Amino acid sequence: MFRTTFMTRHDLLGFAVLAVLLLLVLPLSLDVFRLNLVGKYLTYAFVAVGLVLCWGCGGILSLGQGVFYGLGGYALAMFLKLESSDPESTRIQSTPGIPDFMDWNQLTELPWFWEPFQSLGFSLLAVLLVPTLFAYLIGVAMFKRRVGGVYFAIITQAIAAILTILIIGQQGYTGGVNGITDLRTLLGWNIRTDFASYVFYFVCVGLLFVCLLVAQFIRRSKLGRILLAMREQEDRVRFSGYDVAGFKIFVFCVGAAFAAIGGAMFTLQEGFMSPSFVGIVPSIEMVIFCAVGGRLSLLGAVYGALLVNLAKTVFGESFPELWLFAMGLLFIGVVMAFPNGLAGLYQQFLGDRVARWLDQLGRPSRSQAPVALEGGAQ
Amino acid sequence: MTSRHSRISPPPARGWQRLKALAAGLMLSASAQAAVPATDEVNTTGLAVTDDAVQVGILHSVTGTMAISEAGSVQAEILAIEQINAMGGVLGRQIEYVQEDGASDWPTFAERSRKLLRQDNVAAVFGCWTSASRKAVLPIFEQYNGMLYYPTFYEGLEQSPNVIYTGQEATQQILAGLDWVAREKGAETFYLLGSDYIWPRTSNKIARKHIEDVLGLEVVGEDYFPLGHTQFNSAINRIRLKKPDVIYAIIVGGSNVAFYRQLEAAGIDLTEDDVTLLTISVTEDEILGIGGDNIEGAYAAMKYFQSLDNANNQAFVDAFKARWGEDSVIGDVTQAAYLGPWLWKAAVEKAGSFDVDRVREASIGLELDTAPEGYVRVHENHHLWSRTRIGRAGADGQYQVVHETAELMEPDPFPEGYQ
Amino acid sequence: MFDYSMSELTAIFAMQGFAGLILFSVFLLMALGLAIIFGQMGVINMAHGEFMILGAYVTYLTSNLFAEYAPGLFDGYFFVAIVLAFLASALLGMLVEWSMIRFLYQRPLDTLLATWGLSLVLQQAYRSIFGAREVGVVIPDWLTGSYPVTDIVELPVSGIFVMVLAVGVTLAVALLMFRSRWGCQVRAVVQNRPMAGAVGINTARVDRLTFALGCGIAGIAGSAFTMIGSTGPSSGQLYIVDTFLVVVFGGAASLLGTVASAFGISQAQSTLEFFLGGSMAKVLTLMVVVLILMVRPQGLFALKVRR
Repeated sequence: MFRTTFMTRHDLLGFAVLAVLLLLVLPLSLDVFRLNLVGKYLTYAFVAVGLVLCWGCGGILSLGQGVFYGLGGYALAMFLKLESSDPESTRIQSTPGIPDFMDWNQLTELPWFWEPFQSLGFSLLAVLLVPTLFAYLIGVAMFKRRVGGVYFAIITQAIAAILTILIIGQQGYTGGVNGITDLRTLLGWNIRTDFASYVFYFVCVGLLFVCLLVAQFIRRSKLGRILLAMREQEDRVRFSGYDVAGFKIFVFCVGAAFAAIGGAMFTLQEGFMSPSFVGIVPSIEMVIFCAVGGRLSLLGAVYGALLVNLAKTVFGESFPELWLFAMGLLFIGVVMAFPNGLAGLYQQFLGDRVARWLDQLGRPSRSQAPVALEGGAQ
Repeated sequence: MTSRHSRISPPPARGWQRLKALAAGLMLSASAQAAVPATDEVNTTGLAVTDDAVQVGILHSVTGTMAISEAGSVQAEILAIEQINAMGGVLGRQIEYVQEDGASDWPTFAERSRKLLRQDNVAAVFGCWTSASRKAVLPIFEQYNGMLYYPTFYEGLEQSPNVIYTGQEATQQILAGLDWVAREKGAETFYLLGSDYIWPRTSNKIARKHIEDVLGLEVVGEDYFPLGHTQFNSAINRIRLKKPDVIYAIIVGGSNVAFYRQLEAAGIDLTEDDVTLLTISVTEDEILGIGGDNIEGAYAAMKYFQSLDNANNQAFVDAFKARWGEDSVIGDVTQAAYLGPWLWKAAVEKAGSFDVDRVREASIGLELDTAPEGYVRVHENHHLWSRTRIGRAGADGQYQVVHETAELMEPDPFPEGYQ
Repeated sequence: MFDYSMSELTAIFAMQGFAGLILFSVFLLMALGLAIIFGQMGVINMAHGEFMILGAYVTYLTSNLFAEYAPGLFDGYFFVAIVLAFLASALLGMLVEWSMIRFLYQRPLDTLLATWGLSLVLQQAYRSIFGAREVGVVIPDWLTGSYPVTDIVELPVSGIFVMVLAVGVTLAVALLMFRSRWGCQVRAVVQNRPMAGAVGINTARVDRLTFALGCGIAGIAGSAFTMIGSTGPSSGQLYIVDTFLVVVFGGAASLLGTVASAFGISQAQSTLEFFLGGSMAKVLTLMVVVLILMVRPQGLFALKVRR
C-alpha cells in the first residue's frame, strides 16, 4: 500500500496536526501582527527541514545555510527593488530609474547582472536555481574529494564569511550592510497591507508543506535509506557500489533549494533582505532550530524553528541580556542531554502510546482521523 | 512581556531633587497648564493615550555589537522622559515608555518597530542608531504612520515624513570641518579613510567633492575597511608614503581602538603639527574605549561636545551624571537623543494633540533654546538647524572646542553638486 | 600599482612585509592553540576566540591592579599578565574539557555546536562583568613608539614584541611536543588512541592537559592582542573563521603546517591590502584558501594517520 511506504499512519497524524495548527489554530487565534511573526519564523523552518535531510539523514553539517537563504531572498528582493525603482518614484536621484543605493554609490546605469531581474519569471527561477547551482558547485568540489565532517563545516562557514564581506563591500551592486530595503509592490500589488500579510502567510505554509512532503518522500525512498547508511558507514556504502558523492551532492542541493525558498518568503513578508542572514551567526542559529526540533525529524524541525524563535522574541522583549545565556545553554543542553531534540522526547514519552492508540483507532474506521488530531496536538 | 520601566532603578534621592529642580528650570510653561484636555480630543487615531498617561517607545540595541554605542542614547532618552514627567508630563499626561531591544540586528529592529506601532500603538518612537537599522524600520513607520526620532549623525539622502532627524546630516558635519582645516591649518592634501558601509562612503564622497571642487585642493588616497577590522598597518604605510596634510577618518566601532593605537605605534604623532587628523565618527563615548592618550591631538567635527560651556549644557551634564553615575561620558549622539523627547513634547503641545499628522505639522519650524548644544530649530526637511564645532581631543578623553560656526548650518540632505 | 616609483615599491613591499609579519604573529598565536586542540584531538572549539578574550581581560585587570597598587613595577606588568592570562584560560579550558568536551569526543560535529553555545554564554558573561564597552589596556612606555629603519620604514616596538612572543611560544610548543615525554604521549594518543591506552598512557589525562594547553595559548594570544586591538565581549568572534582556515589550510595535525599557512595567509592578505583595500584583500585571500582546500582538502602538510 502506498501509505505504508510513503508515510506511516503515525507520520500522517503528525502532518495533519501541523496542518491544523498552522492553517486553522494560529490564523484564527492570532492577530495579523503575530501571525506575520509566525510567518517569519516559518521561513526558518524551510532551512531547518533542509538541514534534517543534510545533517540528520546525510551526516553533512553545513554551517553556511544562511548563504542559500540569503541568495534566495536577494534574488526576489532584486526583482521587487527594480519594480519599486521606476523613474517616477526615483526622480529625485541623479540617475532616475535605478535602485536608490546604486545612485548613492555613483552608479549611473543598471549593472548587467541586474538586468534579467526585471522579469518575475526569471527571478522566481533564480530563487531556486542560483542557490542550488551554487550548492552543486560546492558539493562537487567537496564531496567528490571526500571532504566531509568537520572540514565541510568549516569550509561552508568560510564561504558564508566570504559572501558576507563581499555583499557588504560591494554596496553599489548589493546595497551593502543595509541590504535591499523599501520593497513596496509585487506586480503593482501592495505587499505591505494586512491582507497581503495573510496571503503570504498561507503561501508560506503551503510551500512549507510542499517541501515537507518532498523531504518525506526522499526519506522514505531508497535514497533516504542509503543516506542513513552512508552516515553510519560511508565506506561500506561506497564499496557496495553506490556513488556516495552523488547522493551527498543531491541532498545538499535539496537543502539549499529549501533554504532559498525560505529566504524568498522572508523577503516577501518583511519587505527587505539584509546581509545579516548570510553570515556565520545566523547560519549556526539555523542549525540549532533543527537540533532543538530533533535532527532526524522533519516535523520536529518545524516545531524547533517555531519554538526557538518564539522564545527569542519573548525573551528578547523582556530580558534581552538573558537571551544570549539562554541561547547558549540551549545549544549546550540540546547537544549534551537531548541529542534528538523535541522529537526524541516525544518518541520517549508519547510516541508508543500514540502509535498503539492509532492502531486501535485505525482498525474500525479511518474516518475518525480528525478526532485523533485534536488529541495529538496536546 | 514588555519591559515598562523594568530597567530603571529609582534614582538616588539627591540626584532626584536636582533633577526635579533642573526640569522645573528647563521649561516653566508646562506647569502653568491648568486644565488637561480630554483624551478623545488629543488622540483621534487610536494611540496608547489615556487620561493620565501616554506611551512612547524606545528602540535601541541593548545586546549585540551596537549595544555599546546605543547605551548612551537610551540613557539620554530616559533622562529626558523622566525630566518631562517630573514637570508635569505632556498635555497633562505622564510619559510611559516601552523599551525594546533591537539586538544589533536589522531584521529584529523591523520586528520590534512593528510591535511598537501595531501592538503598543505608541505615540512616538525614539530610537535606531545605525543607518541600516533605520532603513529597516523606515517602511514600517511609513506604513503605520508612526513617528521616529533618530539621533545619529548620518549620511543624508533621506527625508521621510515619519522621521525627525535630531543628529546632523553629512554636509552639516563635513563642510564646516573641511573649511576649517583648509583655512586654519593650510591643508592642501587629504587622505580619506572609512569603515566600509554607506555612511562613511557617502560622507567621503561629499568630502571629496568639497575638497576638489569647492576648495580646489587634492585628495591623495581613499581607503575602506570591513567593520571590525583591526589591522591598519597597510593603510598607515600608505599614509606614510603619501604624506597627506590631513587624515580624514570615518572609522566606526571597535576598529577605532586598533586604528589609533597602530597610528601611534607607527610614529604618527597627532599632537605634532605636521599632520592633522580630522574625524567625524569619534565621540567622547568612543574615546573611552580608545583611550585618551592614544587619540590625543585629533580633531573632531560635530555639533556637540560634553565640554561645551553654556548653562543648558552644564545643567544637562549634571543631571546626566546624577542619574547615570559620575563616570558617564556624553557624546554627540547622546545629546541628540536627549533632544528627541523634548522636541516631541514641544510639538505635541504646539499641536495640542498626540496625532502623528498634527505633531508632524507642528514640528516644522519648532524652536528649542533649552538644548544642551544651544538653540536649534526644525527645518521643513525634518532635520535640525545646528552649529558645527571643531574639538580637539585631550588626554583626559574630552574635546576642547577650538572653533564654532558663526551661523546655524542649514541641513541639506540632498546636497546639489555633491551627489 | 604603476604610479609608484621603483624605490617606493621596494619600501612598500618592505613595510607591507613587516605589517604582514605582525598579522602573522597574531594569526600564529591564535592558530597554535587551535592547532593543538583541533589537530591533536579533533575537537572543534568554536569558543576559542572567547578563551583568547579571557586572556585579554586578564591582561586588562592586571594592568589596572599594577597601576593601582604597584605603579613602580608597571613597566613589567605585561610579563605577569601573560602568565596569568595563560593560567586563567588554561584553567577554564580544563573545566570545560571536564564538564563538556570529554563526553563528546565521538561526535565532533556536536562539539562544534556545544562550544558555539559556550561561546555565546562566555560572551554574555563578559558583557555582564566588564560591560559592553571595549576596554583599552594602557601599554607601558617602553612598548610604545617605533624603531626607524629608513626614513619611510619604521617598525613599531609593540609589533616586534608580539613577534618575539609568537616565535617564543611556537618554539616552546614545538619543544614540548617533540622533546618532552608528555609531548610523546600526546602524539601517541593522536596516532592511535587504543594502542596508546593499552601501553599505559592515561589518555583522559592527556586529553585534558592538551585541551588546557591549547586554551592557555589562546590566553597568551589575547594578552598580546591587547597591544594591537581592542578588547570587547565579542571581539573573539571576528577571528574564529580566519583562525580555523589557518589551521585547516596548514594541515590539521601539523605544527609546521600551521606556521607555514599563517605565514602565507598573512603575507598574502597584507600585500593585497595595499593595492586592493581591506575588504577585497580579505575576500580574495579567503577565496583562494577555500579553493586550494577544495583541490587539496588535507591541507598543505598532511600527517598520515590511521583513524
